[in-house]
Amino acid sequence: MAALNEEQTMIRDQAKSWVAEQAPVRAFREVRDSGAELAFAPKTWQGMIEMGWTGIIIPEEFGGSDLGYMTFGLVLEETGRHLTASPLFASALVGASAILLGNNEGLKQSVLPGIVSGEQVVTLALEEGPRHKPEGTALKAEKSGKGFKLNGDKTFVMEGMAATSYVVPARTSGAPGDTNGITLFLVDANAKGVSRNPMHMIDCRGYANVSLKDVELDADRIIGELDQGYGVLEQVLDRARAGLCAEMHGTAAQAFDMALEYLKTRVQFGQVIGSFQALGHRAADLYTAKELTRSCFEAALKAIDEGAENAPEMVALSKARVGEFLRDMSDQVIQIHGGIGMTDEFDAGFYLKRARTLETAYGNQGYHNDRYAKLLGF
Amino acid sequence: MSEDLTAFRSEVSDWLKTSFPASLKGKAAEIVEASSERDGLKGDALEWRKALAAKGYGAPTWPTEYGGAGLTHPQAKVVGEEMAKVGAVNPMPVLTGMGITMVGPTVLEYGTDEQKAKHLPGIASGEVRWCLGLSEPNAGSDLASLSTKAVLDGDNFVLNGQKVWTSGADKSDWCGAVVRTNPDAKKRDGISFVMLTMDQKGVETRPIKLISGSSPFCETYFNDALAEKADLLGKQNDGWSVVKRLLQHERQSQTSARTSSGKSESLQDMAKRFVGTDTEGRLDDPDLRARITRHLMDSKLHSLTVDRITAEARGNVEVSAAASILKNSATNVAQTRAELHMEIAGSQGLGWEGAEFGAAELENVRGWLFGKAMSIYGGSYEVQKNIISKNILGLPETTQKG
Repeated sequence: MAALNEEQTMIRDQAKSWVAEQAPVRAFREVRDSGAELAFAPKTWQGMIEMGWTGIIIPEEFGGSDLGYMTFGLVLEETGRHLTASPLFASALVGASAILLGNNEGLKQSVLPGIVSGEQVVTLALEEGPRHKPEGTALKAEKSGKGFKLNGDKTFVMEGMAATSYVVPARTSGAPGDTNGITLFLVDANAKGVSRNPMHMIDCRGYANVSLKDVELDADRIIGELDQGYGVLEQVLDRARAGLCAEMHGTAAQAFDMALEYLKTRVQFGQVIGSFQALGHRAADLYTAKELTRSCFEAALKAIDEGAENAPEMVALSKARVGEFLRDMSDQVIQIHGGIGMTDEFDAGFYLKRARTLETAYGNQGYHNDRYAKLLGF
Repeated sequence: MSEDLTAFRSEVSDWLKTSFPASLKGKAAEIVEASSERDGLKGDALEWRKALAAKGYGAPTWPTEYGGAGLTHPQAKVVGEEMAKVGAVNPMPVLTGMGITMVGPTVLEYGTDEQKAKHLPGIASGEVRWCLGLSEPNAGSDLASLSTKAVLDGDNFVLNGQKVWTSGADKSDWCGAVVRTNPDAKKRDGISFVMLTMDQKGVETRPIKLISGSSPFCETYFNDALAEKADLLGKQNDGWSVVKRLLQHERQSQTSARTSSGKSESLQDMAKRFVGTDTEGRLDDPDLRARITRHLMDSKLHSLTVDRITAEARGNVEVSAAASILKNSATNVAQTRAELHMEIAGSQGLGWEGAEFGAAELENVRGWLFGKAMSIYGGSYEVQKNIISKNILGLPETTQKG
């Protein structure tokens, strides 16, 4: 744990107790069992808004508290621990980052206060295929009158059913694969020509397919510069990834605690199974990975808060290695629990399923291993 | 606090201007090398050792009455940083063998006032070199099963037995030895820690040649060797607690993974030179590229974790529970780096000696071989995992029966 200031400590402690009491895995299970389209409990989301979590990275002039990404990470670690589902990450971190970095004064004024109050849920509609490839953006935006006309499909959109608007990277020039020629637009979810359908993923969170057909937009809906959206998009994605890593580490840390508890209580062959060296060493390996990877996601969040040049490197390192730890830990929480770990009644399966969607989001381990090597010049 | 440190920093900087001989600038490696030999420091290097000793900066956090400077850990860090800035090195940790890193801190904690006054100043000034007699031929990972005997006879313990892997024993003045004083007690309950001079009839040392060539390790034989009763550290038969502490200090001192000195070529550049790149600048061997990437990530994770743990301790760096993690992680990083270095260089990386091979290549080969010891000494890789599992995670003891 990084050395925290007083405000951060307060928020961390508040998040710890609130999530454990108000939004534990049991609450997530209830949402899943209900089959609700929103995939989160509105009461949980409302509670987060009331505590001010939606404003953590937003400047005070727009109603936020401007405490930075490291602070946001403290909250996400706790929601990650209990698999709490809500639009908090998708909107108050990713959506808000896009609006902030895009630096379109009109959009900042009209959107950021709404993100803080929860009236607006702004989410990134990026992916167009199964594998993360931001420069592959093909969804077309053509000049039309004073503005643009958008046509194309986005998929795996996080909290896509809850969103009131989407940050949509679109191709305004060049070809898919070019980093030049991508422009970011803010598209209202209820605009003419926008349709959406829920996608049912293994982790039961709210994903959607979003389809844009002849959607007309004014030029003032551009976030950032025409054709030059990729630079902003990369920065938004790195903030998203760093935040995800905090959540992922929380998820893995909780799975670790569950497994360790079981090692200390489950008796076989007349002794607790944690007394077997094979399992003791495995626990030691997982603990080591937990400690080593904590250092990198904290470094990534810190680098972003400080505007450090090596932020992309730290983020790639973090997404790759926190992802790997989460993968191993989510496998081991089931393996260590044995048969009980395979049952739907027990929570381990939720951790396994959530693990894979988080690992995949915004580039999996393989993606970020390759990216790290590129950033290091080979 | 930071204001105080700023003032302190300029004080250190001023002191260095007048005390650090300009002739030694950039000679850190040579000084370290010379320090490993007995009386190896000459001329300005010797003067520098004396200046450090007079100021107490050789062991900056030790109390002034025992030759230290009585500094806090953050202050000591400043001293290190300022010395690094001017290219100065503190030779004391090398000069004193195990003195600064292990014996000193343990004497500070367990020693009587008389013992502290007797032993610490000589370490702080770099004049007395120490070795440690811990492992035995039949007591490695299971150190507590040691059999070197010590019997009290008047004012002396009389020692008989053999120690092994005693680093620098052939060049040391003193030895801290862990011995059995009660053969009838349970194995951890009959152990004591004594200190004895090496320059006596009953002590014999033989250097050990390793797979990497000559080494600092020795076999040390005690044949009626004498340790004064006054040099018993801690209570008689309660030496195991002293040893445990000592080993924590040892782990702590083995947590750094020096992966490259800034000057040497990076692994990725070296790989590009030997293997070549594709049209997009990627290394032309995807498997090797993936493994180098993994190693560079491991190395970064290690250094970030050292930084994080230091920051969390807010300067109060004491032996920490994380040392076992860091020792294993440092071992991984260092061993993998040496393996990758050799693999990249192909046959050229496999030379033993001769003009066909560059100094860096030969150095890597010896380092690669000696590096295999990293996962054995100071508590093996597996022993560290036992420690994590038991002491940090609270799982049951796996190695003690009965």
